[in-house]
Amino acid sequence: MKRQIPIALVFVAGLLLVIQFFVPHPASEFFFTFATDWIIVIGILALPIGIFSLLRNTYMKGRSDSKERIYSIATFAGFFLMVVSGLPSGSREAGSLHMKFFQNLLVPAQATLFSMLAFYIASAAYRAFRMRTLLAGVLLITAFVVMLRLIPLPEPLSTWNSELVRWILAVPNMAAKRAIIIGVALGAITYSMKILLGIETAYMGRD
Amino acid sequence: MRAFRILGLWFGLFALLIAPAIQAAETSRPSPADSLSPAAPPAERWRPPTALSAEDQPNDNGHGIVLDWSLSADDAQLLSYEIWMARSAAAPESAWALAGFALRGSRTYSHQNEEASLKGKPNPIFVPRGTPTFFRVRGMADDGSISGWSDVASATARGNWFHKGRINVLLACLGLAGATLYFIRAARGGRKLYIRPIPGISAVDEAIGRATEMGRPILFVLGTGTAGDIATIAGYTVLSRVARKTAEYQTSLLVPVNEPVMMAMAQETVSQAYKQAGRPDLYRPESVFYISAMQFPYVAAVNGLMMREKTATNFYMGVFHAESLLLAEAGSVSGSIQISGTDQLSQIPFFVAATDYTLIGEELYAASAYLSQEPVLMGPLKAQDLIKVVIMAILVLGVIALTFSLTASDPAGIARIVSAVVHAV
Repeated sequence: MKRQIPIALVFVAGLLLVIQFFVPHPASEFFFTFATDWIIVIGILALPIGIFSLLRNTYMKGRSDSKERIYSIATFAGFFLMVVSGLPSGSREAGSLHMKFFQNLLVPAQATLFSMLAFYIASAAYRAFRMRTLLAGVLLITAFVVMLRLIPLPEPLSTWNSELVRWILAVPNMAAKRAIIIGVALGAITYSMKILLGIETAYMGRD
Repeated sequence: MRAFRILGLWFGLFALLIAPAIQAAETSRPSPADSLSPAAPPAERWRPPTALSAEDQPNDNGHGIVLDWSLSADDAQLLSYEIWMARSAAAPESAWALAGFALRGSRTYSHQNEEASLKGKPNPIFVPRGTPTFFRVRGMADDGSISGWSDVASATARGNWFHKGRINVLLACLGLAGATLYFIRAARGGRKLYIRPIPGISAVDEAIGRATEMGRPILFVLGTGTAGDIATIAGYTVLSRVARKTAEYQTSLLVPVNEPVMMAMAQETVSQAYKQAGRPDLYRPESVFYISAMQFPYVAAVNGLMMREKTATNFYMGVFHAESLLLAEAGSVSGSIQISGTDQLSQIPFFVAATDYTLIGEELYAASAYLSQEPVLMGPLKAQDLIKVVIMAILVLGVIALTFSLTASDPAGIARIVSAVVHAV
């Protein structure tokens, strides 16, 4: 029973949502909105579990490892600073203490991390373009041709290069992308069917 | 002195003759405000569109009307058609509202509006469900002149119970479902089903073994999607397998997540895997932990974890966005062996470049069948392959049809293809 009820729930809920996709009637819309609202409600109810996990792990690390203690203190300080500054009414308005922390601490920190992507792309490109095999050589030459488009070349090289790049992007590149997209779509449908039919239960912690 | 007299004479003449003339001309010219005011209607110079009809828009939720009309006899002189609507045919002029425009030459217009109110006021172009809505159309030229009104037409919008435009999707899904059920049945009946080797999945055991030998933990990242994403659910399947192996080898496993629901599911998956491996005593709930729902704080924490814990093996399975390369490059710098899998097209190149093995798109979904080697799980993969063959056949037919300019209204086309093939042979 403990095994069958969750599978039955998944089957019924999944089947109803599949049917909903083909029914544009307001009743069907209401059902969809109702179901997605419940997802939000469940997410909010689960949030305290996540916060508890974060605080417990941070505390345990800080307690057991002296090297980690400073990070644990920083995490606790950041957490309580944002929670306490966010409690008063109007804390989400521009100029409030909470928004000052958000705009002047969190946003720059996120931007810094995101900008590291530029350096990581360079190092990943270096590894990807090492010409060890024939295919890697093809990749290298193709990438070189595509990147040349961004450089002002003299005529008629510029026109030839633009035409070649347009063809590379519109034909072989697009063909590969569409092959992946079709594969992903078919895979998602069959995987969903496995879940609906109760064949795939690993996400419930079962084999 | 004489100059002053002449100047005075000029002013006198100006005051007596010229100034009143200018004033008269000013008063006779319409002011810009007058030209914009509704009191000065545009000139009605063109013949109206005719035979206006309205009907409920099909395949919608009951807030759409489709209009059809015959073009104005002066269509070539017009710029566009204005579509106006009201709640009744006899509504006063002020109650009619402009619902939209259609370019000249257009014979149809679809009006859909679900917002009953706008900024707290009733929305005049809202299409109510179950109540008649009245429409009329007129043409407008680029100089602002207009045509006469068409007749008024009305229709009642209704919600539909079936989206006829999705019949092709339904048929494709039913075909795939039928093929899936057939192959599952065949597999249960003992038929051997072959799945091509996927290097990324074959490397899972090797990667876990490496971590065991090195005595370092394994990191499993489920991405920054939600618990409801198919790729995330597929990620749980691989996590289950990895967790069972780590339980058998007594290797440490770290699963940082970015959503509390995902954390609860991942804890259950790992816990069950440890029980199945016969080592529930080794399971630590704190090995699956929540970090942050925000993308970059999550990345910062996971990257820090890789560097401090020196993880031997990193798995990235699920939905990834801009963080994919940040994670994979940090893992590469820390010297970990990395296996990734995602269905996000834009992130696949980053994973291919920065990780050792990548499950591309559908391979992530195939992982559960491949890892378990259960015939029942392999059935859907064979059905998927069958549908791919059908799609490829359709693509080839499409290429042939385009190459030979074959259309449905050209029955001689097939004969032309056959003769071309015969000629070529």
